[in-house]
Amino acid sequence: MTDNPIIPDFGGPKADAPKADKPKGAKAVAEAAPAASGEAKPRKMVFIASKGNLDMAYPALIMANAALGEGVETHIFFTFWGFDLVTERTMDHLKFSMLGNTAMHLPQVPKMPIPQLLGALPGVTAGTTLYMKKTLDKLEIPSVREMLDIIVASGGHLWGCKLSFDMNGLSEDDLYDGVEAVISATDFIELSEGAQVIFV
Amino acid sequence: MPTTMIGGRPIDVNDEGFLTDYAQWDEDLGKVLAGYAGVDELTDEHWKVIRFLRADFPARKETATLRRVASVGGFDMKNLFVLFPGKPAKKMSYIAGLPKPKGCV
Repeated sequence: MTDNPIIPDFGGPKADAPKADKPKGAKAVAEAAPAASGEAKPRKMVFIASKGNLDMAYPALIMANAALGEGVETHIFFTFWGFDLVTERTMDHLKFSMLGNTAMHLPQVPKMPIPQLLGALPGVTAGTTLYMKKTLDKLEIPSVREMLDIIVASGGHLWGCKLSFDMNGLSEDDLYDGVEAVISATDFIELSEGAQVIFV
Repeated sequence: MPTTMIGGRPIDVNDEGFLTDYAQWDEDLGKVLAGYAGVDELTDEHWKVIRFLRADFPARKETATLRRVASVGGFDMKNLFVLFPGKPAKKMSYIAGLPKPKGCV
Protein backbone atom coordinates (compact mmCIF):
# COMPACT_ATOMS: atom_id res chain seq x y z
CA MET A 1 0.00 0.00 0.00
CA THR A 2 1.23 3.49 -0.79
CA ASP A 3 0.63 6.41 1.56
CA ASN A 4 0.29 9.04 -1.18
CA PRO A 5 -2.85 8.62 -3.21
CA ILE A 6 -2.38 7.59 -6.83
CA ILE A 7 -4.28 10.18 -8.85
CA PRO A 8 -4.87 10.18 -12.61
CA ASP A 9 -3.43 13.03 -14.64
CA PHE A 10 -6.20 15.55 -15.18
CA GLY A 11 -3.89 18.11 -16.76
CA GLY A 12 -3.37 21.52 -15.25
CA PRO A 13 -2.07 22.10 -11.76
CA LYS A 14 -2.52 19.19 -9.42
CA ALA A 15 -5.06 19.44 -6.62
CA ASP A 16 -3.86 19.74 -3.06
CA ALA A 17 -3.12 16.04 -2.80
CA PRO A 18 -0.07 15.29 -0.68
CA LYS A 19 2.84 14.58 -2.98
CA ALA A 20 5.70 12.20 -2.60
CA ASP A 21 9.22 13.62 -2.65
CA LYS A 22 10.57 13.70 -6.18
CA PRO A 23 12.63 10.65 -6.97
CA LYS A 24 16.35 11.28 -7.25
CA GLY A 25 18.35 10.79 -10.42
CA ALA A 26 17.75 11.28 -14.13
CA LYS A 27 13.99 10.86 -13.89
CA ALA A 28 13.77 13.64 -11.31
CA VAL A 29 15.69 15.98 -13.61
CA ALA A 30 13.44 15.16 -16.54
CA GLU A 31 10.34 15.81 -14.43
CA ALA A 32 11.69 19.06 -13.07
CA ALA A 33 12.69 20.43 -16.49
CA PRO A 34 9.25 21.56 -17.72
CA ALA A 35 8.57 23.28 -14.42
CA ALA A 36 11.83 25.21 -14.68
CA SER A 37 10.91 26.56 -18.12
CA GLY A 38 7.47 27.64 -16.93
CA GLU A 39 4.12 26.00 -17.56
CA ALA A 40 4.02 23.65 -20.52
CA LYS A 41 2.05 25.13 -23.44
CA PRO A 42 -1.52 23.86 -23.66
CA ARG A 43 -1.98 21.34 -26.45
CA LYS A 44 -3.66 22.40 -29.68
CA MET A 45 -4.71 20.19 -32.60
CA VAL A 46 -5.85 21.00 -36.11
CA PHE A 47 -7.45 18.37 -38.32
CA ILE A 48 -7.61 18.85 -42.06
CA ALA A 49 -10.64 17.00 -43.40
CA SER A 50 -9.98 16.64 -47.14
CA LYS A 51 -12.22 13.74 -48.12
CA GLY A 52 -15.94 13.53 -48.64
CA ASN A 53 -16.54 9.77 -48.54
CA LEU A 54 -18.65 8.51 -45.67
CA ASP A 55 -15.84 6.29 -44.41
CA MET A 56 -13.24 9.06 -44.56
CA ALA A 57 -15.52 11.60 -42.87
CA TYR A 58 -15.23 9.88 -39.52
CA PRO A 59 -11.50 9.78 -38.67
CA ALA A 60 -11.16 13.55 -38.25
CA LEU A 61 -14.52 13.87 -36.50
CA ILE A 62 -13.86 11.08 -34.01
CA MET A 63 -10.33 12.22 -33.22
CA ALA A 64 -11.42 15.85 -32.89
CA ASN A 65 -14.17 14.81 -30.51
CA ALA A 66 -11.69 12.78 -28.46
CA ALA A 67 -9.24 15.70 -28.39
CA LEU A 68 -11.94 18.00 -27.03
CA GLY A 69 -12.74 15.49 -24.30
CA GLU A 70 -9.08 15.67 -23.29
CA GLY A 71 -9.21 19.42 -22.95
CA VAL A 72 -7.26 20.08 -26.16
CA GLU A 73 -8.00 23.21 -28.22
CA THR A 74 -9.39 21.66 -31.41
CA HIS A 75 -9.98 22.95 -34.93
CA ILE A 76 -11.14 21.21 -38.11
CA PHE A 77 -10.39 22.71 -41.52
CA PHE A 78 -12.66 21.39 -44.26
CA THR A 79 -11.08 21.49 -47.69
CA PHE A 80 -11.75 20.05 -51.15
CA TRP A 81 -14.09 17.07 -50.93
CA GLY A 82 -13.98 17.38 -47.17
CA PHE A 83 -16.07 20.51 -47.65
CA ASP A 84 -19.03 18.19 -48.34
CA LEU A 85 -19.05 17.40 -44.61
CA VAL A 86 -20.16 20.94 -43.81
CA THR A 87 -22.27 21.65 -46.91
CA GLU A 88 -25.96 21.36 -46.06
CA ARG A 89 -27.01 19.67 -49.30
CA THR A 90 -24.35 16.94 -49.12
CA MET A 91 -23.50 16.32 -45.45
CA ASP A 92 -26.38 13.91 -44.79
CA HIS A 93 -25.81 11.99 -48.02
CA LEU A 94 -22.13 11.03 -47.97
CA LYS A 95 -21.46 7.71 -49.67
CA PHE A 96 -19.18 4.78 -49.16
CA SER A 97 -17.94 3.18 -52.36
CA MET A 98 -15.82 0.06 -52.63
CA LEU A 99 -14.36 1.33 -55.92
CA GLY A 100 -10.66 2.03 -55.77
CA ASN A 101 -10.43 0.61 -52.29
CA THR A 102 -8.04 -2.33 -52.54
CA ALA A 103 -8.50 -3.07 -48.84
CA MET A 104 -12.18 -3.75 -49.42
CA HIS A 105 -13.47 -6.85 -47.68
CA LEU A 106 -16.54 -7.87 -45.76
CA PRO A 107 -16.00 -7.30 -42.05
CA GLN A 108 -17.14 -10.81 -41.16
CA VAL A 109 -15.66 -12.67 -44.15
CA PRO A 110 -12.29 -11.01 -44.74
CA LYS A 111 -11.02 -13.72 -47.09
CA MET A 112 -13.85 -13.63 -49.59
CA PRO A 113 -12.59 -11.87 -52.73
CA ILE A 114 -14.64 -8.92 -53.95
CA PRO A 115 -13.93 -7.96 -57.58
CA GLN A 116 -13.42 -4.21 -58.00
CA LEU A 117 -15.75 -4.19 -61.02
CA LEU A 118 -18.64 -5.15 -58.77
CA GLY A 119 -18.43 -1.70 -57.23
CA ALA A 120 -19.21 -0.12 -60.58
CA LEU A 121 -22.61 -1.78 -60.86
CA PRO A 122 -25.63 0.44 -60.33
CA GLY A 123 -26.94 0.28 -56.79
CA VAL A 124 -23.81 -1.22 -55.24
CA THR A 125 -22.64 2.07 -53.73
CA ALA A 126 -26.11 2.64 -52.29
CA GLY A 127 -25.90 -0.83 -50.74
CA THR A 128 -22.42 -0.45 -49.30
CA THR A 129 -23.38 2.99 -47.93
CA LEU A 130 -26.46 1.60 -46.25
CA TYR A 131 -24.46 -1.28 -44.80
CA MET A 132 -21.83 1.05 -43.37
CA LYS A 133 -24.47 3.33 -41.87
CA LYS A 134 -26.13 0.35 -40.21
CA THR A 135 -22.81 -0.87 -38.83
CA LEU A 136 -22.01 2.57 -37.41
CA ASP A 137 -25.50 2.77 -35.97
CA LYS A 138 -25.11 -0.56 -34.22
CA LEU A 139 -21.97 0.79 -32.54
CA GLU A 140 -23.93 3.91 -31.55
CA ILE A 141 -21.70 6.15 -33.66
CA PRO A 142 -23.62 9.33 -34.42
CA SER A 143 -24.24 10.58 -37.95
CA VAL A 144 -21.84 13.12 -39.47
CA ARG A 145 -24.24 15.96 -38.61
CA GLU A 146 -24.63 14.78 -35.03
CA MET A 147 -20.86 14.39 -34.67
CA LEU A 148 -20.43 17.99 -35.81
CA ASP A 149 -23.15 19.13 -33.39
CA ILE A 150 -21.31 17.38 -30.56
CA ILE A 151 -17.96 18.86 -31.59
CA VAL A 152 -19.37 22.39 -31.71
CA ALA A 153 -21.14 21.94 -28.36
CA SER A 154 -17.85 20.70 -26.90
CA GLY A 155 -16.09 23.90 -27.96
CA GLY A 156 -14.50 22.73 -31.23
CA HIS A 157 -13.91 25.18 -34.07
CA LEU A 158 -14.93 24.47 -37.67
CA TRP A 159 -13.42 26.30 -40.64
CA GLY A 160 -14.18 26.14 -44.35
CA CYS A 161 -11.57 26.45 -47.08
CA LYS A 162 -12.01 29.53 -49.27
CA LEU A 163 -10.88 27.90 -52.51
CA SER A 164 -13.22 24.90 -52.06
CA PHE A 165 -16.05 27.28 -51.19
CA ASP A 166 -15.45 29.20 -54.44
CA MET A 167 -14.92 26.10 -56.56
CA ASN A 168 -18.22 24.63 -55.36
CA GLY A 169 -19.99 27.93 -56.07
CA LEU A 170 -21.39 28.05 -52.55
CA SER A 171 -22.86 30.87 -50.50
CA GLU A 172 -22.87 31.23 -46.69
CA ASP A 173 -26.42 29.85 -46.60
CA ASP A 174 -25.20 26.54 -48.00
CA LEU A 175 -22.97 25.93 -44.99
CA TYR A 176 -23.63 23.97 -41.83
CA ASP A 177 -24.31 26.44 -39.02
CA GLY A 178 -21.35 25.42 -36.90
CA VAL A 179 -18.79 26.67 -39.44
CA GLU A 180 -17.26 29.80 -37.94
CA ALA A 181 -15.85 31.24 -41.15
CA VAL A 182 -14.53 30.45 -44.61
CA ILE A 183 -10.83 31.17 -44.48
CA SER A 184 -7.89 31.37 -46.86
CA ALA A 185 -4.79 29.20 -46.92
CA THR A 186 -2.86 32.01 -45.24
CA ASP A 187 -5.45 32.22 -42.46
CA PHE A 188 -5.09 28.50 -41.99
CA ILE A 189 -1.32 28.75 -41.63
CA GLU A 190 -1.78 31.41 -38.98
CA LEU A 191 -4.49 29.41 -37.24
CA SER A 192 -2.35 26.29 -37.05
CA GLU A 193 0.64 27.95 -35.44
CA GLY A 194 1.87 25.83 -32.58
CA ALA A 195 -0.69 23.11 -33.29
CA GLN A 196 -0.33 19.46 -34.11
CA VAL A 197 -1.71 19.23 -37.63
CA ILE A 198 -3.32 16.00 -38.79
CA PHE A 199 -4.26 15.56 -42.42
CA VAL A 200 -7.13 13.20 -43.12
CA MET B 1 -3.41 -3.52 -8.62
CA PRO B 2 -2.26 -0.94 -6.06
CA THR B 3 -4.19 0.07 -2.99
CA THR B 4 -4.06 3.69 -1.98
CA MET B 5 -5.29 5.75 0.97
CA ILE B 6 -8.09 8.11 0.00
CA GLY B 7 -10.23 9.91 2.55
CA GLY B 8 -8.57 7.92 5.32
CA ARG B 9 -9.39 4.49 3.94
CA PRO B 10 -7.70 1.99 1.68
CA ILE B 11 -9.06 2.10 -1.88
CA ASP B 12 -8.22 -0.22 -4.78
CA VAL B 13 -7.12 1.63 -7.88
CA ASN B 14 -5.49 0.78 -11.21
CA ASP B 15 -2.02 1.99 -12.16
CA GLU B 16 -3.44 5.27 -13.41
CA GLY B 17 -5.40 5.88 -10.22
CA PHE B 18 -8.97 5.08 -11.28
CA LEU B 19 -11.00 3.13 -8.74
CA THR B 20 -11.45 -0.55 -9.53
CA ASP B 21 -14.04 -1.63 -6.96
CA TYR B 22 -17.53 -0.25 -7.56
CA ALA B 23 -18.55 -1.08 -3.99
CA GLN B 24 -15.81 0.93 -2.28
CA TRP B 25 -17.34 4.22 -3.38
CA ASP B 26 -19.80 6.38 -1.51
CA GLU B 27 -20.70 10.04 -1.85
CA ASP B 28 -18.29 11.13 0.88
CA LEU B 29 -15.47 9.51 -1.06
CA GLY B 30 -16.77 11.22 -4.21
CA LYS B 31 -16.23 14.58 -2.53
CA VAL B 32 -12.61 13.73 -1.78
CA LEU B 33 -12.06 12.45 -5.34
CA ALA B 34 -13.57 15.66 -6.71
CA GLY B 35 -10.93 17.66 -4.86
CA TYR B 36 -8.18 15.53 -6.43
CA ALA B 37 -9.73 16.03 -9.88
CA GLY B 38 -9.70 19.79 -9.42
CA VAL B 39 -13.47 20.13 -9.00
CA ASP B 40 -13.65 22.10 -5.77
CA GLU B 41 -17.34 22.05 -5.10
CA LEU B 42 -19.90 19.45 -6.09
CA THR B 43 -23.21 21.14 -6.79
CA ASP B 44 -26.57 19.44 -7.38
CA GLU B 45 -25.82 19.50 -11.09
CA HIS B 46 -22.55 17.64 -10.52
CA TRP B 47 -24.32 15.06 -8.40
CA LYS B 48 -26.97 14.44 -11.04
CA VAL B 49 -24.26 13.53 -13.53
CA ILE B 50 -22.36 11.41 -11.03
CA ARG B 51 -25.51 9.54 -9.99
CA PHE B 52 -26.34 8.91 -13.64
CA LEU B 53 -22.88 7.43 -14.22
CA ARG B 54 -23.17 5.24 -11.11
CA ALA B 55 -26.62 4.01 -12.14
CA ASP B 56 -25.59 3.39 -15.76
CA PHE B 57 -22.49 1.36 -14.98
CA PRO B 58 -23.60 -1.93 -13.35
CA ALA B 59 -25.65 -3.26 -16.28
CA ARG B 60 -23.12 -2.33 -18.97
CA LYS B 61 -19.93 -2.91 -16.97
CA GLU B 62 -18.57 0.07 -18.85
CA THR B 63 -18.49 3.74 -17.98
CA ALA B 64 -20.72 5.96 -20.08
CA THR B 65 -18.84 8.11 -22.56
CA LEU B 66 -19.42 11.83 -22.67
CA ARG B 67 -21.77 11.34 -25.59
CA ARG B 68 -23.81 8.75 -23.71
CA VAL B 69 -24.06 11.02 -20.68
CA ALA B 70 -25.44 13.70 -22.99
CA SER B 71 -27.69 11.55 -25.20
CA VAL B 72 -28.97 8.96 -22.69
CA GLY B 73 -28.60 10.96 -19.48
CA GLY B 74 -30.08 14.03 -21.13
CA PHE B 75 -27.36 16.40 -19.95
CA ASP B 76 -26.26 19.41 -21.98
CA MET B 77 -22.84 18.80 -23.53
CA LYS B 78 -21.71 22.39 -23.13
CA ASN B 79 -22.62 22.32 -19.47
CA LEU B 80 -20.67 19.10 -18.91
CA PHE B 81 -17.55 20.95 -20.04
CA VAL B 82 -18.39 23.72 -17.55
CA LEU B 83 -19.06 21.35 -14.65
CA PHE B 84 -15.98 19.20 -15.23
CA PRO B 85 -13.60 21.53 -17.06
CA GLY B 86 -10.64 20.30 -19.09
CA LYS B 87 -11.06 16.55 -19.26
CA PRO B 88 -14.75 16.05 -18.49
CA ALA B 89 -15.09 12.33 -19.22
CA LYS B 90 -12.08 11.40 -17.11
CA LYS B 91 -12.99 13.73 -14.27
CA MET B 92 -16.60 12.64 -13.97
CA SER B 93 -15.80 8.94 -14.10
CA TYR B 94 -13.02 9.36 -11.52
CA ILE B 95 -15.25 11.25 -9.13
CA ALA B 96 -17.96 8.60 -9.60
CA GLY B 97 -15.45 5.90 -8.68
CA LEU B 98 -15.60 4.24 -12.11
CA PRO B 99 -12.98 3.30 -14.72
CA LYS B 100 -12.37 5.85 -17.45
CA PRO B 101 -14.64 5.34 -20.47
CA LYS B 102 -13.37 3.02 -23.21
CA GLY B 103 -15.62 4.04 -26.07
CA CYS B 104 -14.28 6.25 -28.88
CA VAL B 105 -17.36 8.44 -29.07
